[in-house]
Amino acid sequence: MTTSGSDVTVESVVRRVVARHRGERGALLPVLHAVQAELGHVPQEAVPVLAEELNLSRADVHGVVTFYHDFRREPAGRTTVRICRAEACQALGADQLVSYARQSGLPLGETTADGSVTVEQVFCLGNCALGPSVEANGRLYGRVGPDKLGSILNGTVSS
Amino acid sequence: MNNPSHATATVYVPRDSAARSVGADEVAQALQHAAGAGDFALDVVRNGSRGMLWLEPLVEVVTPQGRVGYGPVTSEDVEGLLAAGMLDGADHPLRLGLVDELPWLARQNRVTFARVGVTDPLSTEDYEAHGGLAGLRAALELAPADVVAEVTASGLRGRGGAGFPAGIKWKTVLDCADELKFVCCNADEGDSGTFADRMVMEGDPFMLIEGMTIAAHAVGASEGYLYIRSEYPDAVATMRRAIGIAREHGWLGRNILGSALDFDLHVRVGAGAYICGEETSMLESLEGKRGMVRAKPPIPAIEGLFGKPTVVNNVLTLATVPVVMAEGATAYEQLGVERSRGTQVFQLGGNIAHGGIVETAFGITLRELIEEYGGGTHSGRPVRTAQVGGPLGAYLPESMFDLPMDYEAFAAAGAMVGHGGVVVFDDSVDMAAQARFAMEFCAEESCGKCTPCRVGAVRGVEVIDKIVAGTHRDENLALLEDLCDLMTEGSLCAMGGLTPLPVRSALTHFPDDFLGGRRLLDIQPVQATGPRTEGTA
Ligand SMILES: Cc1cc2nc3c(=O)[nH]c(=O)nc-3n(C[C@H](O)[C@H](O)[C@H](O)COP(=O)(O)O)c2cc1C
Ligand code: SF4
Ligand code: FES
Repeated sequence: MTTSGSDVTVESVVRRVVARHRGERGALLPVLHAVQAELGHVPQEAVPVLAEELNLSRADVHGVVTFYHDFRREPAGRTTVRICRAEACQALGADQLVSYARQSGLPLGETTADGSVTVEQVFCLGNCALGPSVEANGRLYGRVGPDKLGSILNGTVSS
Repeated sequence: MNNPSHATATVYVPRDSAARSVGADEVAQALQHAAGAGDFALDVVRNGSRGMLWLEPLVEVVTPQGRVGYGPVTSEDVEGLLAAGMLDGADHPLRLGLVDELPWLARQNRVTFARVGVTDPLSTEDYEAHGGLAGLRAALELAPADVVAEVTASGLRGRGGAGFPAGIKWKTVLDCADELKFVCCNADEGDSGTFADRMVMEGDPFMLIEGMTIAAHAVGASEGYLYIRSEYPDAVATMRRAIGIAREHGWLGRNILGSALDFDLHVRVGAGAYICGEETSMLESLEGKRGMVRAKPPIPAIEGLFGKPTVVNNVLTLATVPVVMAEGATAYEQLGVERSRGTQVFQLGGNIAHGGIVETAFGITLRELIEEYGGGTHSGRPVRTAQVGGPLGAYLPESMFDLPMDYEAFAAAGAMVGHGGVVVFDDSVDMAAQARFAMEFCAEESCGKCTPCRVGAVRGVEVIDKIVAGTHRDENLALLEDLCDLMTEGSLCAMGGLTPLPVRSALTHFPDDFLGGRRLLDIQPVQATGPRTEGTA
């Protein structure tokens, strides 16, 4: 994974990704997902290359990148923790998890200074009968109380 | 340790992500470890979930009497369970009995969910042995118009929320003359409190493929898209694998099952936008654009994906089609009440003791669902309200719990059945906060196309804050009413149009919460605890 941010690298990654998705109808979303999977975010330099490759205006590409919550303009922390704040998890005390994270110096939407953790909110992970739910680096956790969130944030949850 | 005294036992441990979220993978590993060490002879099959989510991880062992369940099992329990003779179905404090006979399950009428949790989701043999492909085979014997007629006669209505009759939508697409038509499955499932679509995709993916293929035959479509939200990585992975397997078996591709039907299916992953569950917004997203809602008409059935005639249906709608074709429209139509025919897959979530999937005919009451199936709250405190139908659904007070689950009865009562999600709250809930959240959510997730929704929701948050703070309360209550009217009437889609529903219901049924009349400070918020082991079904 190269995240040097140099134009050459970003450009070559983007062109390679687009080549892979060339045959798909309306390929921009899968292409953006793939760019983000390789680079960790969708850097600004990717926008003109995407526009050129997919025969779109830069404004169109920019509009799409900024519309969807998933696409990041900046790299996230090495661990991304997403706390579900939708109703079913609220009913089980999700707000306490948000407060806990904030008190641990991790307000929603921010990355720690050392770049280790980013905490975000999400609206429903489809685990509404076993909330509060939290997702960390693609892994889903149910029945998360403050203690368990602490372990997840510290990366110590192995179970 | 014991020597294996019998042939290899088959043990089921769910692979459903809810079960995995509370340790199912670790339980499966512990079992495999014991088998690998040669102490016990067992095969682990990763099934879908039975939907008794409070019992997850639910481990099932095949015995001559049937499948015996143990749950909720942790990886630390495994050694003791094996030593106690779990592989023979022996007694243990976690033993639940024969799973099929658990009252919670036995009382349901599982039609769409008949195989979910029973089979290995990716086994084609299992699928066919449990009735899979019978619907597609039956459909392929019929002319497209006859398939459409059958679906219409079944009374099946869209399960994605609006409840539009599936057969009528299909007929519109069938009647279009275009060469290229699409079938799009809406698997965005953005509503809080809903997870049935996810469980179908993770637990019985071939059923959805079969349903989409029947739809393709019925309307003359050659390509299909399955739009799955990015919050569901397990569903994405399972569907992709299932599609690959289906292609290898000639269930997708050219000349499906030896017929003249050509149909192929692609998975597309959303990117974290609730509004992309709205069908036209989903189509825009599939086309690689911002998920902005399109004005209707034209309806997607006539001008849908890339301007072509398109069937857009929810996962449950399409997943129910195979059984309708296999068993006949009449069998399905006989279930239910009034114009709500067949079964609905209710999803019990939030603060509930026994959360999970209850599939039963329409007409069941909310009270039966919450009290009899759900067993009250998880916290043990009194139930105060339930929000039905997702974030755009009404909050209902306990006095309305005897309302039958029926699209029209709910609409008449100013509520909605929606996707069948029921989210329960105990008496610690602050309804002004919930109303505020509804506005906040709308502001966050609005596509931005129309002003009543985009700006109205932001204003809504401010006005509720003022009401709660007691600032010019009467004027601000009147303003909130106006705002709700404006959003209801002036919004292009149901995002802005229905957000007033949770807000107004909260205000109507729980006015004290807005007026500072309730002493919330006395009520301790809920503490999340481990899975409950008591109250086994
Ligand atoms: C804001 C909004 C969000 C929606 N989200 C979903 C969704 O997540 N899944 C879904 O199937 N339908 C959703 N719908 C309903 C769809 O627009 C559409 O009615 C449905 O997919 C049609 O399929 P059906 O007839 O099988 O229900 C949503 C509608 C609105 C207005
Ligand atoms: S109501 Fe809201 S979400 Fe719907 S079209 Fe208007 S701005 Fe977009
Ligand atoms: S509301 Fe949190 S997982 Fe559904």
